[in-house]
Amino acid sequence: MSFEGASSVGDGGTGVGDTVGRVVDTDDRVVDADDLTFGYTAAPVVEDVSFAVDRGEYVGIVGPNGSGKSTLLRLVLGLHEPDSGSCRLLGHPSLAFAERERVGYVAQDVTEDTKRMPITVAEVVLMGRFPHAGFGRVTESDRERVREALRTVGIERLADRKVTALSGGQRQRTYIARALAGEAELLVLDEPTVGVDAESVDAFFDLLERLNDEGMTVLLVEHDIGAVLEHASRVICLNREVYFDGSPTAFAESDALDRAYGTNLVGRKEGEK
Amino acid sequence: MTGSAIGDAVRAPYEVLAWLIGRWSDALAAVGDALGIGMLDYVFMHHAFLVGGLIAVMAPLVGTFLVHRQMALIGDALAHTAFAGVAVGLFVNSILGTGISPYIAAVVVAMLAALAIELISEVTDAYNDVSMAIVLSTGFALGAVLISLNTGGLAVGINQYLFGNLATVSRENAALLVVLFLVVSVVVTVTYKQLLYVTFDETAARVAGLDVRWYNRLMTSLTAMVVVGAMQIMGVILVAAMLVVPVAAAAQVARGFREALLASVVLAEIAVIVGITLSYRYEATAGGTIVLVAVAVYVAMVLAGKLQSRRGVAEESGATTTAVDPDADGTAGD
Repeated sequence: MSFEGASSVGDGGTGVGDTVGRVVDTDDRVVDADDLTFGYTAAPVVEDVSFAVDRGEYVGIVGPNGSGKSTLLRLVLGLHEPDSGSCRLLGHPSLAFAERERVGYVAQDVTEDTKRMPITVAEVVLMGRFPHAGFGRVTESDRERVREALRTVGIERLADRKVTALSGGQRQRTYIARALAGEAELLVLDEPTVGVDAESVDAFFDLLERLNDEGMTVLLVEHDIGAVLEHASRVICLNREVYFDGSPTAFAESDALDRAYGTNLVGRKEGEK
Repeated sequence: MTGSAIGDAVRAPYEVLAWLIGRWSDALAAVGDALGIGMLDYVFMHHAFLVGGLIAVMAPLVGTFLVHRQMALIGDALAHTAFAGVAVGLFVNSILGTGISPYIAAVVVAMLAALAIELISEVTDAYNDVSMAIVLSTGFALGAVLISLNTGGLAVGINQYLFGNLATVSRENAALLVVLFLVVSVVVTVTYKQLLYVTFDETAARVAGLDVRWYNRLMTSLTAMVVVGAMQIMGVILVAAMLVVPVAAAAQVARGFREALLASVVLAEIAVIVGITLSYRYEATAGGTIVLVAVAVYVAMVLAGKLQSRRGVAEESGATTTAVDPDADGTAGD
């Protein structure tokens, strides 16, 4: 299946999709998923999913709980090996993707698990520089990038604060700053606003939009459909398979939402063309 | 290690270490003379302070990563398998008449157990306390059985492994500890960034391209080394305390991770030096005394932490409300 969304523009010239060893200048396909199928057990969680994200897009993935949204992200990031199909990330196979610093990942608030760990905001953001530094030392220019990233997301005054003393919204900004410090070109967010209060959520989406305006490609999994419709330039509706891929307006007018949410794994139909 | 090629290869660096340890002894003896500190007249006390001081660096160094991954129990499990290693060493020595240091055997067995724990957790996808408890009791049971199989000369020395002993730290054992210390500190220094990333957020570390499994194995292997090193004076039963208690104490007052790491080393040094001194003065067991001092330090840090945060609230009540108040954050950002 191929889903060419209404707003999926600018893919002229990238039709040669799967040629191995693609050169850099045709590399404006940031994510290229082809017929992905994957299941933790025999039952697939994600089935025959194909979609592409071009440089500069802001793509929101929505779907009911357990619809395979997070799993799809993990496949895109190369954290799981698909049972069939393939996925490319920034022009390389996801599984073998080596230039990790080009991708920033923000998950649900992880500090639930590491609640009492003493670590400052600056230390967390500096982690974005670690893939660049390897086993070498962190340099002053790394620290400068950290300060810059903190300024961009507006929390430079919190640099020496303990991460665990922040609000949920401030913490998620910290993770965005970590991705920025790493000079990420693609921001992958997995329900980043869970546990963040409403007003901070608005500010958070404003920040994402601003980063997108400045050229950052955004791939967002979000349970709040309203937020996706409001902010994303393209919506993918998922429930194991792709039910819709297109502009937010077209999505609002379609019945994809009802079908994806109403027919949980029963009555599979072809997705929107 | 008689005459073999391996023996010769080990001998030269050992001679250097032994010489260095001798100079350390001379230095402490001189300090003892000058200041009139009686306990520094004894070579075994020099060794005890050397070994204790090094343990107080490397245990928190590794323990900080363990504690903040909620893997504190792994030290206990490895200590008990190291005990099995000691028993294996003693057993082999008495059967084959070799003179291998039981601590070498302990290092080997504890490292194997460390990898086994890692593999179990990779297969079951979690560090569950059940598998840890199984490894722990298997190790201890194996040790107990092996030792009972050839009682006689063996059982006599067992207390020193269970509870540790200041007086039995030989120059060879001190040298082994120096080697373990060098390995642990070099490895942690080189892989600090990677270990920190994996400790803080495993998934993000994987996205950042780190081989998390490899670093987990590395961390448990380092733990095994620390455990065996510290076993000499702490004993099997109390060795895990050095990995955990100073780290927990430091976490009460430190804000950053590096800060916490340094603080835990300082607090561990205090516990070791005060503990060894007290145990010498009152003829109490060193391991237990060190742990009690460490716990006292921990309690003090908990209180200090409470005071600190209360003063923090009083001084910058504005700033603290910011942390709770989403509004201030949102508007400042845009």
